Amino acid sequence: MALPGTGRATSPTPSALPPLEMELHVTRRKVHVAGRRGEGYCVNGQMPGPVLRWQEGREVCIHVHNHMDEPTSLHWHGIRLPSDQDGVPGLSFAGIPAGGKFTYSFPVLQSGTYWYHSHMGHQESAGLYGALIIDPAGESPLPTADRDHTILLSDWSDVSAEQIVANLKMQDDYYNFRQRSMASLPEESRRAGGLLPALKSRLQWSRMRMSATDISDVSGVIYTYLMNGESPAQGWSGLFRPGERVCLRVINAAAMTLFDVRIPGLEMQVVEADGNPVVPVPVDEFRIAPGETYVVMVTPQEARPYTIFAQSEDRTGHARGTLTPRLGLLGDVPPMDPRPVRGMVDMGMAMPMMAGMKNMAGMAMPPVLQRTPADEIDDPGPPPLNVENQNIAAHPVERVGSPGDGLEGTGRRVLAYSDLVALRPPPDQRPPSREIILHLTGNMERYIWGFNGRKYSESGPIHLARGERVRFTVINDTMMEHPLHLHGLWSELENGADDQHRPLKHTVISQPGSRMSVLVTADAPGVWAYHCHLMYHMQTGMFREVVIS
Amino acid sequence: MKTGNMMSLVMLACFLAPSVRAMDGMAGQSQMGQMETHDMSGMDMSGMDMSDMSDMDDMDMPEMSHPAARNVRPAPQQVRQKTPRIVHKAVDAPAPRVDIGHHMHGMDMGRWFHGVLDEFEGRYQTGGRSSLRWDGEAWYGGDYNRLWLKSEGTMTKGRVRDGDQELLYSRAISTYFNLQGGVRLDLDSGPARAWGAVGVEGLALYQFEVQATGYFSDRGVAGRFEGSYDILLTNRLILQPQVELNLYSRADPRRQVGSGLADIDTGLRLRYEVWRKMAPYVAVTYDSPLTQGRHMARKRGERASEARFTFGIRSWF
Repeated sequence: MALPGTGRATSPTPSALPPLEMELHVTRRKVHVAGRRGEGYCVNGQMPGPVLRWQEGREVCIHVHNHMDEPTSLHWHGIRLPSDQDGVPGLSFAGIPAGGKFTYSFPVLQSGTYWYHSHMGHQESAGLYGALIIDPAGESPLPTADRDHTILLSDWSDVSAEQIVANLKMQDDYYNFRQRSMASLPEESRRAGGLLPALKSRLQWSRMRMSATDISDVSGVIYTYLMNGESPAQGWSGLFRPGERVCLRVINAAAMTLFDVRIPGLEMQVVEADGNPVVPVPVDEFRIAPGETYVVMVTPQEARPYTIFAQSEDRTGHARGTLTPRLGLLGDVPPMDPRPVRGMVDMGMAMPMMAGMKNMAGMAMPPVLQRTPADEIDDPGPPPLNVENQNIAAHPVERVGSPGDGLEGTGRRVLAYSDLVALRPPPDQRPPSREIILHLTGNMERYIWGFNGRKYSESGPIHLARGERVRFTVINDTMMEHPLHLHGLWSELENGADDQHRPLKHTVISQPGSRMSVLVTADAPGVWAYHCHLMYHMQTGMFREVVIS
Repeated sequence: MKTGNMMSLVMLACFLAPSVRAMDGMAGQSQMGQMETHDMSGMDMSGMDMSDMSDMDDMDMPEMSHPAARNVRPAPQQVRQKTPRIVHKAVDAPAPRVDIGHHMHGMDMGRWFHGVLDEFEGRYQTGGRSSLRWDGEAWYGGDYNRLWLKSEGTMTKGRVRDGDQELLYSRAISTYFNLQGGVRLDLDSGPARAWGAVGVEGLALYQFEVQATGYFSDRGVAGRFEGSYDILLTNRLILQPQVELNLYSRADPRRQVGSGLADIDTGLRLRYEVWRKMAPYVAVTYDSPLTQGRHMARKRGERASEARFTFGIRSWF
């Protein structure tokens, strides 16, 4: 397999080089993780797969061999490419049949940190993923680093994905052992400031037939959280010398887990989000959802091990790694933070707090977020309350300024989407001609997810005209985060930055009870997938086709 | 603005030196311009309406290279005032009824098979009148359409009574409720009876599990209500009050069923979920014929009712 080194290309233009040829072999075998046996998928014998290194401007030619008795696919997450190379079976190609071979071939037009994974069935949740790093054609937009480590986070269970979904269909809180109970009532009363407020809150949730403790559908009860495939007992280790600037490329390849990542004792400079350079933001912690990538720079000064601590959002477990001056050292593992509890804001029922706030529209859009109005707004209206939807966010709020549930008031500086300022102006600065409002909906009780109260199989595609500039406004009527991934196109996040500084992302978290918007230039014709990157939300309906023609 | 951003601006001075040069080289050649120089098979940029990009001419290009040099928030007057046209095209209108054969398309149309044995218990009573009771259901199907099988019965001294088997088609009709219809067969040691059945099943306000079913046959009509509620003492120790009531329009003496509110079967079960699918429990249960049925039982010289110590296992697959 040809893997170019980290060095810069010496030839005048990478596009003049012959295509970069790679051979990838997909197999399935028994794997041992944290003492438990399970069925895992490997690329070239590894789980996670090898780190692929491409070069901006140079074509790639990737031969994928399927050595299994089931079809497979590889999707290049966040990569701009012709839609027939995107690797979504049934949408962009037919899949790679059992025992078959497929050659992906396309020019690489971007640089940064990305990843690849299967888009077939449940293969991704069982380990078929790996990191993908693209070296820039010219000078790197990132600060120079002395070392470069890739950190791929994932969740692993020996329970099969089919079994997990089946269990959730029968009992939605199957994996949640942190529910409110009689035993937790004294603690809740203390926090709520009395028994009556605590009981009132319970009655409210119980009346809605929902649960305030519903943070992650699948928890550490069955998941082992991995860093580069290593379980937290020992964890992955990366070397540094004191004073060196270390580049950490963090990728969340988990099926169902949002991670909150920090390195106690080290400040992190966020320099890249979803492959695109941003103005460095110093933070202590950041949340990364499945599908997202962040590149952070750290400069450890002391010759001691530093723990990279990635706790799951629901605080039922963590992935762990160590930056260490020499192998074999382990740092302290900090205690888990208190787990988040959903509130009325997450239900989209944030009541107008400030007196004098006259109109509701003004409340939904604080002055900091000004959006150029589109000529036309396609508004489906509030979603129906039906079999597939159990809630309507009556008062969705802007939450790009919030780091997310459980991360407010930690005393640490936590990255919020509003902190992301693009280093390069986005390529298209036209105002949107059309705004498409989409509601994220779901019925936790029946475990059905979707858009606008309909799951994928019941909905047609979203049609965009080629070259059109649209705004997707996403209202999250559910009480969970949904990392939305739009294939093949950039999502330019309207996070309060002006036309030339809005960050380009491929995966954007829609926070519970929030209203969020991205601008999309429909410059790549074809059929693209648009879905929640929580695997079991996607597989139970939160998926749409976007057709550009 | 967060302090993080302010600091980032300062940090930028040191970090940006190389990238500013890089961007100068790009001046006037946005990322899109770069992309056009590549032959993207199948990705056609020519369709993009560049005339709309005239705005870019007004941009102060040198400033673009120095995002940190100014506030990145737009000035209020930048936002054009206009009134958008609101349409309801429903961009993601329902899919056509034909199966377009997409591989992904069927992924949310899975079918599942589950069964739960809510009650599988021994009810202890002196005088050799202890009994074995079961009550469970199984279903197969997707999100909307399912086939349900319900079964319950009580066995005492080798004789089964209250044996009730139902085969129902279940259709999801609302967020929390299913409409069910089918047949009920009273199959036990007594004479067999057949009924048509129509009912609803679901999760009521405040998370009460309820089932209400009406039955009809040439013997009149009957009704059954079942309800239960889970009280979490801890996340594994769960106290569950449960009740089942039966009503009949006409008495059926051969099955020892009286008319009116015929009988009650209720229990207070304390289960421990060793794992979700396996929970042993202890309980106090009480079952009794009511009204006319009570008189009928007394005539037969049976003890009509008694609260009994019960232990059992709740399980599902």
